[in-house]
Amino acid sequence: MEKIKPLRKSQYAPEGSGDTQHRACAHPPLSGPDAGCKLCRIEVDKLTVAFGRQVPLKDVSLHIHCGELTALIGTNGAGKTTLLRALLGQIDYKGTIRHLSSDGRPAADLRTGYVPQQLEFDRSSPVTVMDFMAGALSRRPVFLGVSRKTRARVMTALARTHCEALCDRAMGALSGGELQRVLLALALTPQPDLLILDEPVSGVDQNGLESFYQTVDELKHKNHMAILLVSHDLSVVERYADRVVLMQGTVVKQGVPEVVFDSPEFEQVFYTKGGRA
Amino acid sequence: METLYAAMDMLLPFEWLRYTFMKNALLAMLLITPLFGLLGTMAVDNKMAFFSDALGHSALTGIAIGVVLGWENQMASMLVFGVIWAILITFVKHHSKMSADTIISVFSSTSIALGLVVLSRGGAFAKYSSVLVGDVLSVTQGDLLALLLALAAACAVWVFLFNPLMITSVNSPLARSRGIRSRMTEYAFTILVAVAVMVSIRWVGVMLINSLLILPAAASHNVARGASQYMRLSVIISVVCGVAGLVLSYYLNTSAGAAVVLCCAAVYFVTLPMRRK
Repeated sequence: MEKIKPLRKSQYAPEGSGDTQHRACAHPPLSGPDAGCKLCRIEVDKLTVAFGRQVPLKDVSLHIHCGELTALIGTNGAGKTTLLRALLGQIDYKGTIRHLSSDGRPAADLRTGYVPQQLEFDRSSPVTVMDFMAGALSRRPVFLGVSRKTRARVMTALARTHCEALCDRAMGALSGGELQRVLLALALTPQPDLLILDEPVSGVDQNGLESFYQTVDELKHKNHMAILLVSHDLSVVERYADRVVLMQGTVVKQGVPEVVFDSPEFEQVFYTKGGRA
Repeated sequence: METLYAAMDMLLPFEWLRYTFMKNALLAMLLITPLFGLLGTMAVDNKMAFFSDALGHSALTGIAIGVVLGWENQMASMLVFGVIWAILITFVKHHSKMSADTIISVFSSTSIALGLVVLSRGGAFAKYSSVLVGDVLSVTQGDLLALLLALAAACAVWVFLFNPLMITSVNSPLARSRGIRSRMTEYAFTILVAVAVMVSIRWVGVMLINSLLILPAAASHNVARGASQYMRLSVIISVVCGVAGLVLSYYLNTSAGAAVVLCCAAVYFVTLPMRRK
C-alpha cells in the first residue's frame, strides 16, 4: 500500500517557490479541446475505505489527468466525499493513489488544493480575508500584523481568482460566490497538482456560479492542473467537465460526459432511484 | 517584590492601593485579564463559550478529588483534573454523533454534582464555598508567580496556536487540507483554556470565570476590524475592566470578580449597537 502524504508545512513555502508553476508536468500548457496532456496524472487503483463494518468505497480505480476537469457524480452516500477525503490524505484506505509525471514515473508527493463544500463559521467574526489568507500562508501569528512579503503573496493569490478588492473585507461579510473565490485563491497557493472542489458553489447565485466556473476553466487551461469536482448540478458538469465518473459505492461508469450521461448505468442511478439528483 | 511595591506606591499614590493585599490583587488582575482577553477571542470564534463554562464547573470536582486523595495542594488537583476533563470532553465530542452542547452539558452537570457530593459530605461545603465566587484579595506572592508563569506560557503557545485556530474556526477540513493538525490544535487550545481557568478560578470564582473569558472577546468582536485589532481590543477591554472592577469593588465593598464582570458586561452592551453590519 502506497500512501500519499498530505500537504504539510509546504504551504509555508516562500513566495516564488511554485505558487503558479505546475511541478510534475514539464509539458507546456495546451489550450483548446485537446488540453489534457494525458501524460501526467493521478492514478487511483483499487481504493477501498472501510469504517468498521461499513464500506463506503470499494475497489475504486480511476485516473485524473492534468489539464482536465474530472467530475464525480452520484447520489448522496455514493462515496464521493469519502474519495475526496482519501485523496486529501485525511482517512486511511487500502489500495494506491499515485502521482505520475509526464514520463510515467512517480512524481513528487501529491500536492492538493481543496475548496470545501459549505462553510458554517461565525459570520460576525472580525477576521478579514487578508487575516485568513495570511494565517494560512505564513507562520507569523496574524495578530502581530501581516508582513509586506506575505501581503504581496496574498494579493497575487487573490488576483488569480479576480478578488483582490476583497482583501480587507471581513470573511463573514462576503457573499457565497465571493467566499468561494477567496477559498479558491487559497487552494491555488501554492500551486497544487490536484485541485479538489467539493460542491464549491452550493448556495451561490447563478451569476456567482457562472463566474466561478469560468475562472476554474481559465485556470485549467492556463495552469494545466488536474481538477476534481464533486457536483450535484449536472448541467454544470455537462458544460465544464472533460471526464465524468459516476459513483455508487464504487465507480459505475466513467468517460466523457456524453457517454456517461447516455449510459444505462446513469439511467439506473438517477432515474430509477427517485429522480435526477 | 518590595521594590515593586515601592514603585507602585510612587507611581500610583491612590488610597485604594495603600494596602498590600490590594497591590497583590491589582497585580493578579494585570496577569489574569490579559490571559483571558487573549484566549477569549478564539474561544468565541470556535464557539466554545459553553465548553469553557463546563471547565469552570469542573474545578469543584478537581478540589473534591484532591480532598479524597488527600492532596494538600488544591491547585494541583484542579489542574490535573481540569486538563483531563478538557481532553475527555473534546474526545467525546469528536467521537459521538450527539450535538456538542448536549455532551458538554452532560459533562458539566456531572462534574458539579460529583464535586458537590464529595465536598458537602458531613456538611463541610461552607469551607469551599469561596471558590464559587472567588476572592482576588487573598492572592499571595506565590500565587502571583503561578499566574505570571501561566501568562508567559500562554503567550508562548499562542504564537503557534493562533493561525491554526483561526483557520480551523472557518473550516476544519480545509484547515486539515492545508497541513494544519486541527484536532491537535483543538486539544492544545482546550488544555490551555483549562490551565488558564484553573490557575485563576480561586480569584475569580466558578460562577464568573467564563464571563471573564467570553465578555471582553465578545465586546471586541462587536467593534473590531481585523484579527489583530480583535485581539488587541479584547486584551485592552479585559485589562481596563479588570482594574476598574477592582477599584469599584474596593469603594463599593463588593466582590471584586463580580464587579470586573459587570464592567465587561457594560462594555459589551455599549459596543453591541456599534456592531459592524
